[in-house]
Parts: sequence; C-alpha cells; structure tokens
Amino acid sequence: MRHIISILMENEAGALSRVAGLFSARGYNIESLSVAPTEDPSLSRLTLVTRGSDQIIEQITKQLNKLIDVVKLLDLTEGPHVERELMLIKVKASTGTQREEIKRLCDIFRGHIIDVTDKSYTIELTGNVAKLDAFIETLKKEEILETVRSGITGIARGDKALHI
Amino acid sequence: MELTGADIIVRFLQDEGVDHLFGYPGGAVLHIYDAIYKQDKVKHILVRHEQAATHAADGYARSTGKPGVVLVTSGPGATNAVTGIATAYMDSVPMVVITGQVPTPLIGNDAFQEVDTVGITRPCVKHNFLVKDVKDLAETLKKAFYIATTGRPGPVLVDIPKDVTADRTKYIYPKKVEMRSYNPVVKGHSGQIKKAVTMMLNAKRPMIYTGGGIILADAAKPLADLAHQLGFPVTNTSMGLGGFPATDKQFLGMLGMHGTVEANMAISHCDLLIAIGARFDDRVTGKIEKFAPSARIIHVDIDPASISKNVTVDVPIVGDVNSVLKAMIAQLKESGRKPDGEALAKWWEQIEEWRAKECLKYSTKGKLIKPQYVIETLYKVTRGDAFVTSDVGQHQMWAAQFYKFDKPRRWVNSGGLGTMGFGLPAAMGVQFAHPKATVVSINGDGGVQMNIQELATCMQYGLPLKIICLNNGFLGMVRQWQEFFYDERYSQVHVEAQPDFVKLAEAYGHVGMQIEKPEDVEKALKEAFAMKDRLVFMNFLTDPGENVFPMVPAGAGLDEMILI
Ligand SMILES: Cc1cc2nc3c(=O)[nH]c(=O)nc-3n(C[C@H](O)[C@H](O)[C@H](O)COP(=O)(O)OP(=O)(O)OC[C@H]3O[C@@H](n4cnc5c(N)ncnc54)[C@H](O)[C@@H]3O)c2cc1C
Ligand SMILES: Cc1ncc(C[n+]2csc(CCOP(=O)(O)OP(=O)(O)O)c2C)c(N)n1
Ligand SMILES: [Mg+2]
Repeated sequence: MRHIISILMENEAGALSRVAGLFSARGYNIESLSVAPTEDPSLSRLTLVTRGSDQIIEQITKQLNKLIDVVKLLDLTEGPHVERELMLIKVKASTGTQREEIKRLCDIFRGHIIDVTDKSYTIELTGNVAKLDAFIETLKKEEILETVRSGITGIARGDKALHI
Repeated sequence: MELTGADIIVRFLQDEGVDHLFGYPGGAVLHIYDAIYKQDKVKHILVRHEQAATHAADGYARSTGKPGVVLVTSGPGATNAVTGIATAYMDSVPMVVITGQVPTPLIGNDAFQEVDTVGITRPCVKHNFLVKDVKDLAETLKKAFYIATTGRPGPVLVDIPKDVTADRTKYIYPKKVEMRSYNPVVKGHSGQIKKAVTMMLNAKRPMIYTGGGIILADAAKPLADLAHQLGFPVTNTSMGLGGFPATDKQFLGMLGMHGTVEANMAISHCDLLIAIGARFDDRVTGKIEKFAPSARIIHVDIDPASISKNVTVDVPIVGDVNSVLKAMIAQLKESGRKPDGEALAKWWEQIEEWRAKECLKYSTKGKLIKPQYVIETLYKVTRGDAFVTSDVGQHQMWAAQFYKFDKPRRWVNSGGLGTMGFGLPAAMGVQFAHPKATVVSINGDGGVQMNIQELATCMQYGLPLKIICLNNGFLGMVRQWQEFFYDERYSQVHVEAQPDFVKLAEAYGHVGMQIEKPEDVEKALKEAFAMKDRLVFMNFLTDPGENVFPMVPAGAGLDEMILI
C-alpha cells in the first residue's frame, strides 16, 4: 500500500542523505520526497511517499525513528489528511486555437498561467496526484515541453499537528 | 582561558574519563597528537594499522562496558578504520571514533588525503558528525559519547577538520547533553510485562532465548534470577554467551547454525519463546517459517526496529532488559503463582533426551590434534576463567561450543559482520582494560595473518597475550561449505604457503611454540600459561578435515541439523 510519511527532523547538513541512504541501503523505495525548513529554522519537514506491506512500512517507520536526526514522524495515511503537489508545466501554445484551448483547460483545472511567450504557456497547478495526472492526460503529449512536480506534501486534518 | 580545538579534544577525553585511546597519527591530526604529547592522563596506544585500532577499542569496550575510543587521520586513516567501525556497528558495541579531516576551506576540493568520511561511514555508524566550528566541538564530543553508550549502543564518529583543531575557544566540560531527537526508552510497558509473565506461568514448553543484549545491559544477574525462579531452559546466541552460566543445568548451549541439538530442538518444539536482547539473526533462525513454529513469542529489546523485523512476535516489549527483567521478577512475585511444574517436568524429560545425544562429541582417534580438544584443554588449563577473543571461522565456532563461559564480557568475537582479523587486536584491547587478567585469543591460520602486524604493538606495550592458532592449513569454514555443498570442489581455500609462525613470533620478540601431537597439547598450554609476562604464540597443527557440527544448512530449519 501507498503511505505518506511526514517527518520532522533536525535541519542539519546531511540529514536528508541519512534518510535517502536508509532507503537505498535497506532496499525500500521512495516514490517522492519533498523537504524544506519549517517556521522554526532548526527543523525541517520532510514528506515522503513509499509503498510496501504493513510489515515493511512498520520497519520503515521504526528505522526512520531510529535516525538520530529524526525528531518525530507520522504516517499521514493512517488518518484523514490532505495531500497536495505543485506542478509547473510548460506547454506549446503557438496558434490561436491552441492558446484558447489550453487557457480553457487551465481554468477547468483551476490552474494559473504564470509565464507567457508567443510560443508557450507555463502553467502552475496544485492538487492531489490524481488531479495533476488528469491534467497531463488531458493535454496532448506533443504539446508538453516540460513538467516539474514538487513531490507530495501533506498534513493531517483536524487539530492534530506534527510539532514539538 | 581559550584552548585550541586539539587541547579541547584531549581535555574532554580526560574529563570524560577515557583512559585509553587507540590510534595512529597523520597530517590532519597533528595538532591533536601534539596535545596528546603534552599530557599523560589519556594513554595513547600506537597500533600498526588503523583497523587494529578499532578492533582493540572494540575489545576494550566489550570486555568493560565502557566505550572504546579511536583516533585516526583523514583519508586512508579513516578508510582503514571502516572495517572495525562496521564490526562494532553490527554487534552494537559502544565506540567513539575521532577522525581528522582536511581543513574546512579545502573540504570538497579533492584535497590531499581527503575522503568524505561522514558519507563513507554513514551506513555503519549509529551516528556521525562533522564539526565545522570549534565552538561546537566539546558539545559534539559529549553527544557522541552519549549516543554511543545509551539505548542500543554503537559506534559514533566525529570528523574534525584540521583548522578546527587549531582554532581557539573557551572550554567548559559539558556534563550533560539533552537531545530532543534522541531519547531511548528504558522502562518496559507494564501491561505488556504483566501479559508476558502470565504467558510464562501458563506455558507447557517454555524456552528462554537470550543474546548480546544481556551482556550489553549487564543483566546476567536478573536473567539468572528469573530463569531460576521459573526453572525454564535457556539458550544463548553466540553474542550472548556468558550471559547465562554455561555450566548451569538449565543451560542448553548455543542455538542456531552451529547450535546444539538440545537448544535447536527445544526451539523447534517450544510453545512459548521468550527472546531477550536477541535479534533473530538468520544464523540463529535458519529457515524463518520453521523457526519456533508452534510458539507464541515474547520479545524484549531496547531497539523497536529489532522487534518483528525477521519474525513477527506476539508480545513486544521495548525497553532495557535489565529494567524489564527486574519488572518481570517483581510481577512474578506479585502474581503469587508458580509455573506449571508437571508440564515442565515432562518438557525437561524431552530436553534431556535430546541432550543425551551428546551432539558435540567428536572422534579423538588418529594422530592429529583435534581442534575441539585444544579448546577443551584450554578451558581446563585456564579453569574457565580467561577472557577469550576469537577470530572468524571454524575455530570461532569450536571456541563458542567448547569454552564454557560462566561470566559475561569474557567472550569477545565478531558475530554480526564476521570480521577475520578481529581476534588478535581485540585481545589487545581486552588486555589493556584488564592488565592482570589472562587473555587468550583463538585464531585460524587464515585470519590471524590479517592483523599479524599487531604482534609489534603487543611487544611495544608488553601485552602477555596467549595466542592460539588452530592451524588446519585451510580457510576451514569455507572449506567446510565447499565439502558439504559444492561436492568437495575446494576452490582457493588451501593456504599453501604459510610463514613459520614460531620464527614469526620470535621475530617480533615473543615466544613461539609449535604443537603437533595430541599428547603435547595440555603440556604446551600449561607451559605457555606459566609464562605470565610473555606473549606466547601457539601454533597447533590440527586435523585439516575436521568440521563444525552440528550444522544447519543454509535455508533449512533448526531441526534439520547435520550431525557428525
Ligand atoms: C562463522 C559464524 C557463524 C555463526 N554461527 C552462529 C550460530 O550458530 N549461532 C549463533 O547464535 N550465532 C552465530 N553467529 C553469530 C551471528 O551472526 C549473530 O552475530 C548473532 O547470532 C547475533 O546475536 P544476538 O541475536 O544476540 O544479537 P546482537 O547482535 O548481540 O544484538 C543484541 C540485541 O540486543 C538488543 N539490545 C542491546 N542492548 C540492549 C539493552 N540494554 N536492553 C535490551 N536490548 C538490548 C539490541 O537492540 C539487539 O537487538 C555466527 C557468526 C559467524 C561469523
Ligand atoms: C575479512 C574476511 N574475509 C573473508 C571472510 C570469509 N571467511 C569466513 S571464515 C573464513 C575462513 C577462515 O579461515 P581460518 O582463519 O584459517 O579459520 P578456520 O575456519 O580454518 O578455523 C573466511 C575466508 C571473512 N569472514 N572475513
Ligand atoms: Mg584455518
């Protein structure tokens, strides 16, 4: 099953490679990973998506917890949560009809055009994985020039919060 | 007053109570060696290879419970130390390794003797640090000792660039550190402990399986108390030997690949398995599906990641075994109940039947020395009271099977990594920690040559080790596998050219002995041990065809042992 594991860790040099190293050394897979400092600059928040049986996920969370730099972690998929990913996508938009159609799709998906040239649009879109996938699916392959996705971040619903 | 980073390191080690530092100098640590020169509280031991520094520190740590401390230079100094760090990591040995690093402005420039030490060692340390500012130095060292010695112990590495050892700052010894991200659990969950004790009282065929955790936690006493109060059989992993007295009637010997029939059969038939400070290693379990198939399992371990890693358990208890065992004893008393005596008597009857097979019996026929006989005689001659280190191979298993350890911290061997070259340097560390004690190192003719240069270190410091080489002319353990599982295709296991070990020992200034006949074994050992202040290297020419039995073939269940 797919799990989203959210980690609060010391914002130290090398902390990220400890997490990445753990996954490669123990043969776990990382589907996506995103990391940035929190409101407290001494802490980083890392969100990673992985897959595995219950037994593997249990080992993953235990091994992550064992890393000295990890302060706390939460498997978001264990409870109600919100997940979001940011995508920047550059598409061909040279003819009038092309530009019209893409603008229309962008509005349907509630994206924003954030950069424009006479040959292309760059669109910003936020949502869950399915929505981003659907948007890509909707665009014709040949129109896409470049796709950049942030990897998933997430947060638990309700008052529950991962902090110290 | 402001001190240099180098002085801070040495002052810190003094304040931390470090009495021995095993190391080897070089460019990046010159300032530190200068600070060492100016004092005599921390005794520096100059080894002949950095791998030996780590193994010696390891032997020091295992035989005392105190952290072993190592100092090596950057680049090749650090990479040479890696095998010893990994060895300590696999066996959860508390160790602090200080490595020199190129000056901070040069880091990342492929500078002379630069390697990414933190990166290279990351997967084989409990934690590591790169100190970039002298102001962080003392606190980082304190954290290193704290992490290495608490929870599940392990090696911690501190990489210190040369400029940091020259920079100055105020030094105050940090008495305590607190880390929001590291708080090992000590006390076990009381509800789980209660549940476990109830299961013990209801068990018909219980079995206690303990490992290195008992030694690491200094919990031999509460283990013996609990086991005696319950009257349950006990087996140890090879890492756990000495955690329960080997001469105790309730002891069934080691379990696992080369475990005894009684231990392995009892595991295979028990209805309750009580695992304490052991990690269900594959050398112990054999085929997982066949491991304790009819048992409910209680597992006490300080590391949650050890629990349900290989074998799913019914009652996990995270905590320090010392504290948990005491809580179990208290709970047992409070229950006012006794275990099921009738069932236990029947269970013991069955166990005695297995024990009567005398699986460790070996043939003493022939003119060749049997390696098992050397160990048995060694046990006799040392009255079972020596510190014994071992290298890796057949001789290691015979030592584990035939030297009956009654006390913890007496048996020092590389279990998890299985590092050849460990036995001799580890014995040096043991002898430094226990200068008056009898320290024996049991080796094979292959592995003893992997750190043989340390005979010079032994001479320099007058270490009166007793080194036993069970010389079968083969990389015996590998030969055994080739005999059993590769139709006797002996590929690259015959060590054809060997040095004259007697002359070699003499060349280093020690006493060398060669023993070729069974009838000379006891006499030679007595003679060697009578030389109290000399290192004696005993080269026993042993039967090259001898194999370690019992043996559970790879992938088989514990009840499918090959017997002699
Ligand atoms: C050639 C060869 C053959 C071998 N054959 C065998 C064999 O036949 N049988 C055998 O048993 N081994 C054998 N070994 C050794 C084997 O590889 C493992 O090293 C060993 O079985 C592991 O022992 P252990 O389970 O006690 O774990 P250890 O590595 O000693 O781990 C200790 C466990 O205790 C826990 N712990 C530590 N401190 C505490 C504490 N304070 N409180 C609670 N828990 C704590 C740790 O978290 C860990 O889980 C062999 C090795 C070699 C090289
Ligand atoms: C550094 C290292 N290299 C290789 C091995 C694989 N290995 C395990 S036992 C063994 C043979 C050891 O031979 P010897 O030291 O003569 O001991 P014996 O088995 O003959 O008692 C080998 C090569 C190892 N454990 N460690
Ligand atoms: Mg040999």
